[in-house]
Amino acid sequence: MREFFDEMYGADGEVRAAYAAIAAWLAETPPAVLETKREEAERLFRRVGITFAVYTEGGDTERLIPFDIIPRVLDADEWAFLERGLVQRVTALNRFLADAYGEREIVKAGKLTDDYIDTHPAYCAQMQGVTVPSGIYTHIAGIDLVRTGVNDFYVLEDNCRTPSGVSYMLENRAVMMRLFPELFARVGVAPVARYPQDLLATLRSLTTPIGEEPCVVVLTPGQFNSAYYEHSFLADEMGVELVEGVDIIVRDKKVYMRTTDGLKRVHVIYRRIDDDFLDPLVFRKDSVLGAPGLMEAYREGNVALANAPGAGLADDKAVYMQVPEMIRFYLGEEPILKNVPTWDCANEGALAYVLDHLDELVVKETRGSGGYGMLVGPHATKKTRDAFAKKLRLNPSAYVAQPTLALSTCPTFAGDAAAGRHVDLRPFVLSGANGVRIVPGGLTRVALQDGSLVVNSSQGGGTKDTWVLHRNGGGR
Amino acid sequence: MLSRAADALFWLARNMERMDNLARLIEAAQSMAGVSSEAEEWRSALAAAGVDELYDETYNAVTPDLAARFLSSGGANPSSIINCLENARVNARAMRTALTRDMWEAVNQGWIESRKLTENNFSPALLAETLDWVRTLSTRFSGAYETTMLRNENYWFVRLGTFLERADNTARILDVKYHLLLPQESSGVGGMLDYYQWTSVLRAVSAVRAYQWVYREEVRPWNVAELMILRTEMPRSLRACYDHITYCLDQLAEIHGGKRGEAHRLAGAIAAELRFGRISDIFQTGLHETLTTYIDRTKELGDQISNLYMR
Repeated sequence: MREFFDEMYGADGEVRAAYAAIAAWLAETPPAVLETKREEAERLFRRVGITFAVYTEGGDTERLIPFDIIPRVLDADEWAFLERGLVQRVTALNRFLADAYGEREIVKAGKLTDDYIDTHPAYCAQMQGVTVPSGIYTHIAGIDLVRTGVNDFYVLEDNCRTPSGVSYMLENRAVMMRLFPELFARVGVAPVARYPQDLLATLRSLTTPIGEEPCVVVLTPGQFNSAYYEHSFLADEMGVELVEGVDIIVRDKKVYMRTTDGLKRVHVIYRRIDDDFLDPLVFRKDSVLGAPGLMEAYREGNVALANAPGAGLADDKAVYMQVPEMIRFYLGEEPILKNVPTWDCANEGALAYVLDHLDELVVKETRGSGGYGMLVGPHATKKTRDAFAKKLRLNPSAYVAQPTLALSTCPTFAGDAAAGRHVDLRPFVLSGANGVRIVPGGLTRVALQDGSLVVNSSQGGGTKDTWVLHRNGGGR
Repeated sequence: MLSRAADALFWLARNMERMDNLARLIEAAQSMAGVSSEAEEWRSALAAAGVDELYDETYNAVTPDLAARFLSSGGANPSSIINCLENARVNARAMRTALTRDMWEAVNQGWIESRKLTENNFSPALLAETLDWVRTLSTRFSGAYETTMLRNENYWFVRLGTFLERADNTARILDVKYHLLLPQESSGVGGMLDYYQWTSVLRAVSAVRAYQWVYREEVRPWNVAELMILRTEMPRSLRACYDHITYCLDQLAEIHGGKRGEAHRLAGAIAAELRFGRISDIFQTGLHETLTTYIDRTKELGDQISNLYMR
């Protein structure tokens, strides 16, 4: 019995049906060939410029996220299950946001308090009572999933603000198709290339200008932002302008961009800047990334913003714990995707349990994100744990705890052979007036170090192409 | 299109063209080694690139090695070849969406290669090879935009940048060397030194062969001036550049529903002079005066284009 569920070898060491072609391919391909292909992939990524910026190291400010050439595979049934669960979950998250910024039925039902919502750092008071297009707040959501067994998928985190990584999903596929055309011919893989068109359709559904073509733009903080490549990639793929704050101007509560032909009206902004920077008249006064007056134009309904300001309310740890309940409350359905069991230290019984089991648990700040202020019990020294316990007792409501998950592994090229490395998955869920769409797949992140559970790119994580098989598994 | 995109494309093209012109300028200066005063030759190359004063602030004397490095890899020189490429990539990256993938890859690949260059690549022994690389890079870029860009605004701004920069470079190179082209006492004699010097003017714009094809006679200064100012066949002549500039501006006006500005008037006036001008009149007015006027008016045109489209 393995300690972790391996997605190729399953629990018993037998190659699972979804991986049959990959296993055969790995068996017949010498490591030297794989190494050559890996180097070629790296060259391709560099040439295209799909890099992320790093400022701390000096010198070269652009680095590649390591790419692993062995794809991660999900079969059609697994994907159908995930897709149903994702649609359900994101629908409930959007209903929650509309409720929190509207009537607050969830407070009336006693599930959350007004105070909790009003004091949340991501709560945006300027959004209270504002009518947003189609009542949708998080148009582009990235839901982080992990797997621990053949039928066990868990939602680790909901990202409802400006989740990134979709360009890697698309470029990883493009590079794989270029490097291994014969493998695609052998395995029926569902395409992901329609994502930009789906995104554009979602964004266009947010506006109905009379008598003119809706003008959609992508708003970026600029070329020194770490996700700039993705911003330009998406704008290019959608065929829309990539604008910066200096390009847009608000006149008479309408948004325009400066063009070679004078000012041109903008109807939908896919903004990749944080709430704080959208409008210096409303949020941070020193921001030059957004445009003065943008929020007023938005409140007047003259421009749509995706995602809506304040959507971050739906993605912190305390709200996370409520999501299964929200699904029941708003949709009257049983949740399809499971949450990771979470102890809310605000609760006395939970706190006692957490303090007793610190060496097995991961403790996170309720309102933190990105792994800051986190204690990973099994990897911490007793001294660190004791110090953390002290903090925890002082302010228990600021923390939640979860078990350390036995993340599944996938075969990953480790220089001389394929070896199991831990992975997670971030599918991208699009919600517009025309419904919810998800392209089959997502971004698989992989912890490249043997035994590591940290898939984050800033800590040595890489990415893989994610293959969702056609129903028959054969080359359709 | 976004005004900022027009600006980025225009300057992307200008930086790539400037880089290419610098490579030719350095090669021309090198080819004069041993013929005339080397220091003089390099000083005029620095002047043509407009960085002679900056050079003097940095170094005490003009030596071939120092001057070549200053023009090619010099970090202190904002318009050295390497800095032009760096700027071009910043322009390209700022407006990735306005470039075709091939254009971006040409610039980015060149930039990646440039990061691997060391001081050694700019040493006298290896400089020629490095300059070849620069010219290949610029050819790759212009090939990429010619073959892959839609013939829309984006394209006309790239072309506009290319030819405005080229016109400026040609006028500057000629102006630095104008004294060589003036009628002199010895010009009837056709001394060996004169021959080399006039040829060096041609070499700086890669036009030695072109001269032979057009004139089929020995190198004469007024022909050299005519070739580079008035001849339409010569792709780097002021006339050829301005023909392209007016064409690009006309295309842009058409795209914008006939909207024209001072840029169109100014470019049209300069192009008409070049089309109907005579070299004898130019020498009569004064070669230096004429060239200085073209340099100033080309700069003015750049400002007017920016006023009309880029803000």
